[in-house]
Amino acid sequence: MSNEVLTGAQAVIRSLELLGVDTVFGLPGGAILPTYDPLMDSKIIRHILVRHEQGAGHAAEGYASSSGKLGVCIATSGPGATNLVTAIADAHMDSVPLLAITGQVGSHLIGTDAFQEADIVGITMPITKHSFLVSNPADVPRAIAAAVLIATTGRPGPVLVDITKDAQVKTAEWVWPPKIDLPGYKPVTKPHGKQIQAAANLIKESKKPILYVGGGVIRAGAHKELLKLAELIGAPVTTTLMARGAFPDSHEQHLGMPGMHGTVPAVTALQKADLLITLGARFDDRVTGDVKSFAPNAKVIHVDIDPAEIGKIRFADVPIVGDAKEVITELTDELASSLKGKKPEIGEWWKFLNGLLERYPLGFTEPEDGKLSPQYVIQRIGELSGPEAVYAAGVGQHQMWSAQFIKYERPNSWLNSGGAGTMGYSVPAAMGAKVAEPDRLVWAIDGDGCFQMTNQELATCTINNIPIKVAIINNSSLGMVRQWQTLFYNKRYSHTDLNTGTDTVMVPDFVKLAEAYGCLGIRVEKEEEIDAAIKLAIETNDRPVVIDFIVGRDAMVWPMVAAGLSNDEVQYARDAAPVWDGEE
Amino acid sequence: MSTHVLSLLVEDKPGLLTRVAGLFSRRGFNIESLAVGASELEGLSRITVVVTVEGAPLEQVTKQLNKLINVIKIVELEPDSVQRDHMLIKVKTDASTRSQVLEAVTLFRARVIDVVSDALIIEVTGDTAKCAAFVKILEPFGIKELVQSGVLAMGRGSKSITEKVNK
Repeated sequence: MSNEVLTGAQAVIRSLELLGVDTVFGLPGGAILPTYDPLMDSKIIRHILVRHEQGAGHAAEGYASSSGKLGVCIATSGPGATNLVTAIADAHMDSVPLLAITGQVGSHLIGTDAFQEADIVGITMPITKHSFLVSNPADVPRAIAAAVLIATTGRPGPVLVDITKDAQVKTAEWVWPPKIDLPGYKPVTKPHGKQIQAAANLIKESKKPILYVGGGVIRAGAHKELLKLAELIGAPVTTTLMARGAFPDSHEQHLGMPGMHGTVPAVTALQKADLLITLGARFDDRVTGDVKSFAPNAKVIHVDIDPAEIGKIRFADVPIVGDAKEVITELTDELASSLKGKKPEIGEWWKFLNGLLERYPLGFTEPEDGKLSPQYVIQRIGELSGPEAVYAAGVGQHQMWSAQFIKYERPNSWLNSGGAGTMGYSVPAAMGAKVAEPDRLVWAIDGDGCFQMTNQELATCTINNIPIKVAIINNSSLGMVRQWQTLFYNKRYSHTDLNTGTDTVMVPDFVKLAEAYGCLGIRVEKEEEIDAAIKLAIETNDRPVVIDFIVGRDAMVWPMVAAGLSNDEVQYARDAAPVWDGEE
Repeated sequence: MSTHVLSLLVEDKPGLLTRVAGLFSRRGFNIESLAVGASELEGLSRITVVVTVEGAPLEQVTKQLNKLINVIKIVELEPDSVQRDHMLIKVKTDASTRSQVLEAVTLFRARVIDVVSDALIIEVTGDTAKCAAFVKILEPFGIKELVQSGVLAMGRGSKSITEKVNK
């Protein structure tokens, strides 16, 4: 390359452009100002000015999770950077490829408690895959390129690049591509051949196998390979909260979601299985319940790109470190050549499972207070919007119902905060998804509690012409907490009333709030208005839409395995445990 | 509960020690001792960490450490590896006790570094058990001050942890 000289700030923008970044979410401030100047001239990068840095972080997550690409957010030093922390932690838990760029005070001021100084590298160390502090403009291209490489390869995750103000202002010779030297970073993607064979042997011997599919399959883009493997062996499939859409819900081998609010067939199948074919899942406590009694008779094949996940919670009889796509492909080839068109004989297993599917389908009862059934509202949103839409949920009851009652047919159509459980994820994540996938219908399915944490991004949506649809499942309370208070705290509703329902003081009035933000606001209180409102929302694309669905507050999420109990204790509905005819 | 000696080869980057130490506390692992310093290769440091594990297998510790980008290599050293503590002990002495203390110094092949009329500073090197025994011998005379390094350890034989590391 020539002897071109750039400021560190120009190098940030040039590096991002050359690394294929075309969208960033952010909010400027003193220490990042130098970088915002060349950003204004970029013909490649679209910057979306958010109203709160947390929104930038979740928007970048939504952008990444809906498209499979890297999400990028930018903030200034101090509080700008700390406002990103929740989103960074969220991305860390859910393995979202995220690049967070923060300005830092001048290098001569570091450590002096300077104005808007925060040790963001230190603060985020436990919640990033890696981080860089850059104080020399010559290091900018290398740091950004290394950060993108680390964020997007191996097990994806958030990487922070903190750049001092002087490193942005000073100049250095522009060198591209930079030499990336990461001797300690070598993710293993190709599985060990012997392990593939061992896994294939277990699968062939198994009488009661189940494919336990986690979010890793989505991150690896391995859904087609999964379908092929599942159909080759004919085993039942369960997709975790992070994996909804990795396997089509319409497929007859799909038992639904496992875990605390999983379907009875999925939870039970895991308990009774003799083999868990675990693909990109990490035996989260919400899936296993009490670990000691989880899947007590099962051998475990555990496929993960992160070696540290294998054996962390549950012993793996056959551990396989590798990229889900490569592992599933090799496993399928190995099985195809040794099965020679025959399928493992698991007819008895399916007989048992089909009985469960028949007896314990997902369902719900109508609320007794005459208000809307939240499950029905969510189900209709899914039915009227279809599998090509994107659904981003907040956290709580509405999240579980969205995971249960919307039918997912493709990966990246379901976005949520699974590991961290971040209330407020939905609106900014939907915004990010709509930017990444402008031709798709994008829903934020939110609760009245979650919505009040990040709804200011509706301003961002309106101003930047990002017409998302927001469905507030308004039960006037912190619904999931309230459900636990109903079940485990003797109906003592300590601080869970939010007063957003129509029979309360209604603060705020979500329709008025929507209108104040330039959105179309609709309130729905009657069942017969549901479809029309959803259709109007789908047709309205000149501004965002907010529908305030007034739902019954006593509706509960079922089935449920109470925290800490064995999955054998799954409750189909309140006071209704599944009945086992004979011990299978 | 079991004790293990890990030898880490790491890139000498700012914050590296925080990353390693933070990981231990975050994941609930116990550091018994820690010693950090430059290795024979430029830009690479060597960390010797003694860790006690309860319940969770050591494997989790090494796997989590391996996820740190700046950690290049981790080796668990065999129990027969060379392991040395280094201690400085300031012990009270007077005319009547000095010779007894010096006798202990000779016996343990320790060294006297500093002498004043009412105290000695003694340097001792050895495995953890030897150092502990030495301290016990000195205790009756009155230990005024004690500092020690973490365990330094190295595998026996001609192989080295830095083999096959291109730097």
